[in-house]
Amino acid sequence: MEIYRAHVLCCGGTGCTSSGSAQIIARFEEKIKEAGLDKEVKVVRTGCFGLCEAGPVVIVYPEGTFYSRVKVENVDEIVSEHLLKGRPVQHLVYTDHATQEQDASKSLDEIGFYKHQKRIALRNCGVIDPENIDEYLAFDGYKALEKALTKMTREEVIDEILKSGLRGRGGGGFPTGLKWKFTYNSPGPVKYVACNADEGDPGAFMDRSVLEGDPHSVLEAMAIAGYAIGANEGYIYVRAEYPIAVKRLEVAIKQAHEYGLLGENIFDSGFSFDIKIRLGAGAFVCGEETALMRSIEGKRGEPIPRPPFPAVKGLFAKPTMLNNVETYANVPQIILHGSEWFSSIGTEKSKGTKVFALGGKINNTGLVEVPMGTTLRTIIYDIGGGCPNGKKFKAVQTGGPSGGCLPAELLDTPVDYDNLIAAGSMMGSGGMIVMDEDNCMVDIARFFLEFTVDESCGKCTPCRVGTRRMLEILNRIVEGKGEMEDLDKLEELAKNIKATALCGLGQTAPNPVLSTLKFFRNEYIAHIRDHKCPAHHCKALLEYVIDPEKCRGCTACARACPGGAIEGKLKEAHHIDPAKCLKCGQCIEKCKFGAISRK
Amino acid sequence: MPDKKEKFEQLAKVIEELKDQPGALMPVMQHAQNIFGCVSLDVQKAIAEGLGVTLSEVYGVATFYSQFKLKPAGKYVISVCLGTACYVKGSQKILDKLSEELKIPVGDTTDDGLFTLNATRCLGACGLAPVMTINEEVYGRLTPDAIPGILAKYTE
Ligand SMILES: Cc1cc2nc3c(=O)[nH]c(=O)nc-3n(C[C@H](O)[C@H](O)[C@H](O)COP(=O)(O)O)c2cc1C
Ligand code: SF4
Ligand code: SF4
Ligand code: FES
Ligand code: FES
Repeated sequence: MEIYRAHVLCCGGTGCTSSGSAQIIARFEEKIKEAGLDKEVKVVRTGCFGLCEAGPVVIVYPEGTFYSRVKVENVDEIVSEHLLKGRPVQHLVYTDHATQEQDASKSLDEIGFYKHQKRIALRNCGVIDPENIDEYLAFDGYKALEKALTKMTREEVIDEILKSGLRGRGGGGFPTGLKWKFTYNSPGPVKYVACNADEGDPGAFMDRSVLEGDPHSVLEAMAIAGYAIGANEGYIYVRAEYPIAVKRLEVAIKQAHEYGLLGENIFDSGFSFDIKIRLGAGAFVCGEETALMRSIEGKRGEPIPRPPFPAVKGLFAKPTMLNNVETYANVPQIILHGSEWFSSIGTEKSKGTKVFALGGKINNTGLVEVPMGTTLRTIIYDIGGGCPNGKKFKAVQTGGPSGGCLPAELLDTPVDYDNLIAAGSMMGSGGMIVMDEDNCMVDIARFFLEFTVDESCGKCTPCRVGTRRMLEILNRIVEGKGEMEDLDKLEELAKNIKATALCGLGQTAPNPVLSTLKFFRNEYIAHIRDHKCPAHHCKALLEYVIDPEKCRGCTACARACPGGAIEGKLKEAHHIDPAKCLKCGQCIEKCKFGAISRK
Repeated sequence: MPDKKEKFEQLAKVIEELKDQPGALMPVMQHAQNIFGCVSLDVQKAIAEGLGVTLSEVYGVATFYSQFKLKPAGKYVISVCLGTACYVKGSQKILDKLSEELKIPVGDTTDDGLFTLNATRCLGACGLAPVMTINEEVYGRLTPDAIPGILAKYTE
């Protein structure tokens, strides 16, 4: 490999690509060449660095200078000042939300956002070029596979995973080692390894980032799993909506074949393994394991009752072992560093780390990976930087459509599988959405239920009909037409659906409603009894008013109003006619004097 | 642009290539959608014949997965993210504004065939929430106010 004196790492994750990182990379390459530095400085397109909020992100090594919100126009300055003269461009350096510090000498690990993190599954994301297998190899890539194939028996591999305490990161938290053991024990010459990259949670992108930033770690882990359970073929079921991830997987599979790390007789061990990609087609229920396997077979992705479990009869009716992307991403590290190392991280029953996609009303939107047992408060405040614009925190949602909303009182809950369930939510696959005082909890519950109603495969009645009934009730409530009995009805329906639905989708669909009813019952009651939405969100219950004291009569609102609802003469206080108001909120945005408010 | 006949020839080639692998139906349909822009009834018939499966099986798969379109989409496909992170930051208002400006409900295409309006799930760019895409172009940190200006770029 060539030696460079400096590296310019540019994020090629989805977030940064969306804000123009491809053009930035092209510009760097062009300018570096122009300056005659192309033998000294290397531009690397990496996966997501995690701090997507600050994107597009550029890091210059060896100094580790962290530039944020970089624009194409800034590239010339970074090249001429930093790369040529060795002077970091101060005004582009990332500003730490917590301290308001803009310190060019601070390395990544010292920034508040990264300080509390521990990156195992994300270890290579933002560090290596995911389309270059040599970089993965330089970071111990495929060493775990080599160790497993040449120094460990199949039983030893399974035992190591068992002892590590690793649990499934796809949501269920089932002990991974046990699943491997069951499939190992299933007799049969043909078995399959499968990877769930369907990422159904509508507000999450952890698995996508692992695939985009470090695809080889998943391939390596699947090969290890194949060796352990006795399979020679693997399938990755990935969403078609993830084109970058799909492309990087294709590149990675091809390169691994060229290096003999997939294919026949890997490491001269006699073990052969191959991996195929299957594209999902946008159905949440296909994240459920039995539905996923039907979908790979090319059928409608409807769940089927278990048993038989996939470990006995899965894909193409053969024993199949399915794990989530992030689960796999941990495996090579466990094999390399041992189960003792892994199980020393985390809590008693939840070992290792968990990746969360932190989003919503939070300053540092992005991907974070923390040891199990880290409190919600640390994640939301120390790492996430709290709610923007000085707004008050109201709730954090975990577990996506299967999870719940937890209030401020529970912020000191240490995050692990069991604590989150005890608190009334669940781990889920890693979506973590923060909500502030402007978010209406009844509406959030309605949002998730609308999602599950939409995604119910319709095979069983409790899910198909029951969730629809619940949604109708919620729709009534947000329109101010609810009745107090509706709350009991919701709870009754929820109980029935949870008990009788066929698959996890239906069984967990009522959770967002139940958790908001538990922690934010006042808001439901305010909608029903007082016909008010405390968060001033629900349209039907809103009134827009102009404060005559503050109104200067500038007419900005009247000109913006699509309903012609605002009357008033120039330089005189204006007034909104509630009968004509469409509640679009455009007037508020236009008023420079803060005279308009929602009531 | 290849004409219809060439497209069907392309499809026949894909079917020939994939038909022996297990679970070929979905990959064939995904290719078909790329070729035709949708899997309309005549395309479904060709797939059913090519793979030797019933039309009802193809239709069942086409209607089960939201990715498969039965009608061709507009020239510009607008996808507004209704993922949780975008939703809590007001993406519903963006969608409402688009629907109002284009005078079509979500899921529909304008009469002139220019725009299709869709809602999608997390686009992986939550840091830019609320987010929408128009074909490949990504627009982030949107406000309803910005919508008319953005649409104007495509109607000129
Ligand atoms: C409705 C539903 C959706 C699911 N979606 C996903 C998903 O998107 N990704 C995932 O890995 N697991 C998902 N699961 C869990 C899978 O069924 C399965 O338990 C998991 O992929 C197993 O891998 P793990 O043990 O490594 O977590 C879903 C389950 C249900 C019931
Ligand atoms: S619970 Fe819902 S998604 Fe699951 S099988 Fe029943 S209808 Fe289908
Ligand atoms: S909310 Fe909209 S319709 Fe109502 S007064 Fe303001 S601008 Fe006019
Ligand atoms: S996509 Fe660039 S930091 Fe996440
Ligand atoms: S929720 Fe919209 S981009 Fe993630």
